[in-house]
Amino acid sequence: MAEMPTNQDKTKYGGESWEPRIIAFLCYWCSYTGADNAGTARLKYPANVDIIRVMCSGRIDPELITTAFSQGADGVMVCGCHIGDCHYISGNHKTMARMPLLKHTLIELGIEPERFVHEWVSAAEGEKFARLVREVTENVRRLGPLNWPQQMRERGVGHGMDLRPWGESP
Amino acid sequence: MSTEEAKPVAKEKLKIGMYWAASCGGCDISLLEIGPRLLELIDAADIVFWPCVADFKYQDVAGYPDHFLDICFFNGGVRSSEQEEIARLIRLKSRTLVAYGACACDGGIPSLANTKTVEGIFDASYHNNPSLDNPDHVEPQLLTPCDFGELDIPRLYPQVLRLSDVVEVDYRIPGCPPVAARVWDAIMALVGGKLAARNNAIKVACTDKSVCEDCSLEKRKVRIKAFKRPQEAIPEAGWCLLEQGFICMGPATRSGCGGLCTKANLPCRGCYGPCNGVEDQGAAMIGALGSILDADTEELAREMVEGIVDPVGTFYRFTMASSDLKGCK
Repeated sequence: MAEMPTNQDKTKYGGESWEPRIIAFLCYWCSYTGADNAGTARLKYPANVDIIRVMCSGRIDPELITTAFSQGADGVMVCGCHIGDCHYISGNHKTMARMPLLKHTLIELGIEPERFVHEWVSAAEGEKFARLVREVTENVRRLGPLNWPQQMRERGVGHGMDLRPWGESP
Repeated sequence: MSTEEAKPVAKEKLKIGMYWAASCGGCDISLLEIGPRLLELIDAADIVFWPCVADFKYQDVAGYPDHFLDICFFNGGVRSSEQEEIARLIRLKSRTLVAYGACACDGGIPSLANTKTVEGIFDASYHNNPSLDNPDHVEPQLLTPCDFGELDIPRLYPQVLRLSDVVEVDYRIPGCPPVAARVWDAIMALVGGKLAARNNAIKVACTDKSVCEDCSLEKRKVRIKAFKRPQEAIPEAGWCLLEQGFICMGPATRSGCGGLCTKANLPCRGCYGPCNGVEDQGAAMIGALGSILDADTEELAREMVEGIVDPVGTFYRFTMASSDLKGCK
């Protein structure tokens, strides 16, 4: 396993010790078990991913993903059961339509498509999960930090805390 | 104003005001829509500040004692230093400050400018625009020298802010514009002290349900086959617009209008903002839309959604300043 970045390093965006911080939403029945499978099989994958387990990928509200980006995630992964395998029969059918739509919107907002990945990972696909995390981490590392809060602050877009009028030097 | 101040007024007569910031003026007009009841309002209250309908100067307001205004309606977002200054002044002078309209509540249409930089907006407004004739590339200057010194204009902020980003807000009335009949009810409740404790989170003159609850169109429980834009097809009367493929913001929008647009066979544009418990209206709409697409495969779903033109402007039309991401990279 890659050297574990400390929590402090992870938040020190843009510094030399910057490590991509990726939030992964995994469904309980397939993808989380798949990630577990990767662990049991002692497969190596970067420790940059913070896993959040949800009961079904159809439960992942797009607002959770926009919140993750707005609070400083460099990348977001959404994994669910393959189509036809959903424990709740049709939960992932909703994910299948929502995620491309969200991606389309995020691209319009200037977030690179590589930062938001949506894949199907079954309970047996630990190998696939490990490969996916490696790929996403590498892609995000190449793109550099997203650091949305800082970017918005620099542009003067925030929560009303940095009211620096345009045309006035800081 | 000095003469009016000198006039003795009945003790119970209220003092109300209304101010416009970054807005189109539609909110001021919407208040006039209460019609003959305006006379009732004038019987019950003195208008002490309303730049849209009468001549009031900022100095007059600055001269009022603190908490002089009982109720002040503020419409429009905060976009410039002038608007921020007046917002703070009004907060000081009013007992109850109401954010009136979509712009003051959630940023409104002006806040879509948050997806652009100020430099980009200046470029589009003064330099690169087919309808422009500006060969000398003239731009407004912050300071203009003149015979008696220098004139300065208000500074533009790099973003459109909600009123609640600048000052504490007591109540919010969403809508673009708010529906007059409901506003009247809210004013009466406000005057009668029937509203709950002041809280920025409380939206009045609207309901807690979504527009779909009030919409009269028939739902046939079919999935969306293809997206259409309102100019591309004539919708079938009486049938849910979303099911026909027009992007109707109804499921993700708070009601209060009673489904005005859908009654006229036009898709809801989402002006009342998100429902209770939702911060990001666009994300809520993406969630709703995703569950009713008629796509069996991922490729088909991707093809369908990529046909949606301007998703940001569609899903965040009135709420960019309230959204999670707040702007564009």
